Amino acid sequence: MSTTHTIVVNRQPHRVTVDHYETPLLYVLRDDLGLKGTRFGCGNGSCGSCTVLVDGHAERSCELPVWSIEGKSVTTIEGLGTLDRPHPLQRALIDFQAGQCGYCLSGIIMTAAELIGTGAEPSREKIVAALDANLCRCGAHTRIVKAIEAAWKASIQGAAR
Amino acid sequence: MTEPKLPWSVQENPLLCQWIDLSEPGIARVFSAKVEIGQGIVTAVTQIAAEELRLPMSKVVVVSGDTRCCPNESYTAGSMSIEIGGTSVRMACAEARKAIVERAARMLDAEESRVTADGGLILLDGAPSRLDYWQVAGEVDWKRPITGTAPFTAPESSTYLGRNVARLDLPAKVAGAAFIHDLELPGMLHGRVLRPPSYGARLGSLDRSAVEHLPGVVKIWQSGDFVGVCCEREYQAVKALEALRVGAAWIESEVSSDTRSWRELLPTLRSIDSETEAGERLAGAANVRRLSATYSRPPIAHASMAPSCAVAIYDEGRLTVWTNSQGVFPLRGALASALGLDEARVAVIHVQGAGVYGHNGADDVALDAALLARQVPSRPVRIQWNREDELAWSPLGSPMVVEIESAVSPAGDIVDWSTEIWSGPHGQRPRARGPVNLLAAAHVDPPIPFPEAYEVLSGFAGGARNSEPGYDMPHRKIVLHSLPGLPFRTSALRTLGGYANVFATESFMDELADAAGADPVEFRLRYLSDPRARRVIETAVRLAGWQSNAERGTGRASGIGFARYKNTAAYVAVIANVEVHQDVRVAKVVGAVDAGLVINPDGVVNQIEGGILQSISWTLKEQVVFDGRRVTTRTWEEYPILRFDEVPELEVGLIERPDCPPLGVGEAAQGPAAAAVANAVARALDFRIRDLPITRERIVAASAAASA
Repeated sequence: MSTTHTIVVNRQPHRVTVDHYETPLLYVLRDDLGLKGTRFGCGNGSCGSCTVLVDGHAERSCELPVWSIEGKSVTTIEGLGTLDRPHPLQRALIDFQAGQCGYCLSGIIMTAAELIGTGAEPSREKIVAALDANLCRCGAHTRIVKAIEAAWKASIQGAAR
Repeated sequence: MTEPKLPWSVQENPLLCQWIDLSEPGIARVFSAKVEIGQGIVTAVTQIAAEELRLPMSKVVVVSGDTRCCPNESYTAGSMSIEIGGTSVRMACAEARKAIVERAARMLDAEESRVTADGGLILLDGAPSRLDYWQVAGEVDWKRPITGTAPFTAPESSTYLGRNVARLDLPAKVAGAAFIHDLELPGMLHGRVLRPPSYGARLGSLDRSAVEHLPGVVKIWQSGDFVGVCCEREYQAVKALEALRVGAAWIESEVSSDTRSWRELLPTLRSIDSETEAGERLAGAANVRRLSATYSRPPIAHASMAPSCAVAIYDEGRLTVWTNSQGVFPLRGALASALGLDEARVAVIHVQGAGVYGHNGADDVALDAALLARQVPSRPVRIQWNREDELAWSPLGSPMVVEIESAVSPAGDIVDWSTEIWSGPHGQRPRARGPVNLLAAAHVDPPIPFPEAYEVLSGFAGGARNSEPGYDMPHRKIVLHSLPGLPFRTSALRTLGGYANVFATESFMDELADAAGADPVEFRLRYLSDPRARRVIETAVRLAGWQSNAERGTGRASGIGFARYKNTAAYVAVIANVEVHQDVRVAKVVGAVDAGLVINPDGVVNQIEGGILQSISWTLKEQVVFDGRRVTTRTWEEYPILRFDEVPELEVGLIERPDCPPLGVGEAAQGPAAAAVANAVARALDFRIRDLPITRERIVAASAAASA
């Protein structure tokens, strides 16, 4: 039986109808809202490709039923920044050429966005710990960590201006 | 005058118009069948084209992997995209510029020596003339063959070659839609395929009743052991697949009941054997010390971050497929054969996917999409595999056993060398053997089964790649036992046999050095007269601060590995520092690479870094488990890969040789990195683990054996 839900994604409210009550947020984002930057990797929350922010916290959208985010605010990679106005994390990943295939990057950016959003300086250990459940197969890890460190510095400078 | 040597891609696609199109003012379209698989090739090819056309990169559009307009360059594989594909584009673009300048000189009625080209303008005596490229292009005969006689831009005067140009594809990938998975066509259906539970399984019965009335189900199609479903929306397809799985009754059978380790099992299997021998055993050496050792690696998975995905539409007898296959032309042929279509009625178009490290499921899912698209004519069908099928049904990297035997004289001379390899085939790509070679083709009725596959040393022998030790030796013998009867499908995975063969050769070089009482670095240099090989080792040694007299068995040590990939591509030396307690922690890795002329230095460094890290993941963590019926490692929990907290500090030194031809790097670091880690672990523990991966269980078992 189909159900209808009101959800807020990237500050915009949407009414979405799903055929299966447990439909994960990931499919609504990609198919109903056309937000393709959130990616399917494994379907059980173990690779991090589908990470979004829910009220500022990094969550796996592949196993998060859409009903569970009613009344909460979802941010996807598209809401974080655009090519014209990139978020410091997006900017830094490009600056450091921190990627090869790039499939894991939007999930990694969203995980790092929670860390950076706290405002506290993330040590390398904290970055690595935060990314513990994000996988990268191409081996871009060291550049990604360096980019996140640089993004934090850039975000602090940006906030100070 | 001798004819210039044309790269294979130009020989196959000899006309300028097959490579370049200047019909749209202000834009140079350059065609290549070498596709982006995460390695940065499109950026590098754009650099090359812009350089030789003397155009800004913004005016060059590289169209890659489209059977409708690109040259047929077969596969993007074997670390040959820059060597062959890049050189071909370079040759075509240099020749295009030459043709334009020649024509412009006639149009301006001027001596050719007075005419040059820059930024799309035709210059006369260094000043802009009334002509630009595109005005002249209309007057050039583009159907002329490429001769290879136009000079290349000299590296020292180049604008883009050897420069760190940022990847053109990366911005889109950090901002939103960028992949085949994100393609959305009007009216597109979402499909799923129900794979058998195991290799030998046959479909006994299928109850469709619980599926037909699910929301959004448009088509359920069964043919033989192939079952697919198409739905209006993606999650509907996920649910429909779940219901199909419940309704399917499979008859399973064991395909192999042998549970021995790969080291024990492979040499007992039926094999097709071939051998080569060169040189003479060193005569007259007395009191030689003879050594032999056997190494193994398990089957490994591509384990791409994304499950395989493709989109197809079948309309009025024509099939169009969007795919991230490494070979759009061979795939076109395989699809046409599988579907009984004329090849001219099939178009295959590359769209970027997640990292491709060889022959994964990208081709198979293209046939899945094509089969289902034919059931719902004129509607595009998007098929995506799930994680479990991705890990279980993509072709695997073959398990291998490598036995090396050699002898050293008291003076430290290597007397002889023989390598014996047991391996499944590494080349079962579409059309590599038989007309199809695609998964679903073996499941539909009537099936097109996979032909028996094996390799011989006189032909394509992926299992023997890098089996030839790259050292100066009087004699070597290589024996390949190719195993056609492995109970699962194996094919090309980054380096093919090169990873296991370099791991074995370089481990054995350390064992020989120990026997000779020599330092591993000094011992290798004794047998290397190639100055480029020496220089990468010396560079790595310098960067890593190698200590030759380091104590053994302390739990901390360094190890070295070296190889020239395929004995013809880039030279790489790797030094790893490890700490071993029960687990191996790789603390720091230093690599040095000589790839000849480098188009994009940061791109090369990125490839080497990635190659090192992927190799550490293979070496310490990865093994596909097969229980006699099926692959049981189907999730990231069952098939773990390297995590962020296991990543070492990395440093890569690049030796630039702009006067040498460019050499492929995508697969150059994996073998040396594995050997460096294994050799470091052996020094740290003072005993050696010769079976990969080097896990805690293996260390504990080997430790018990060593102290017994």
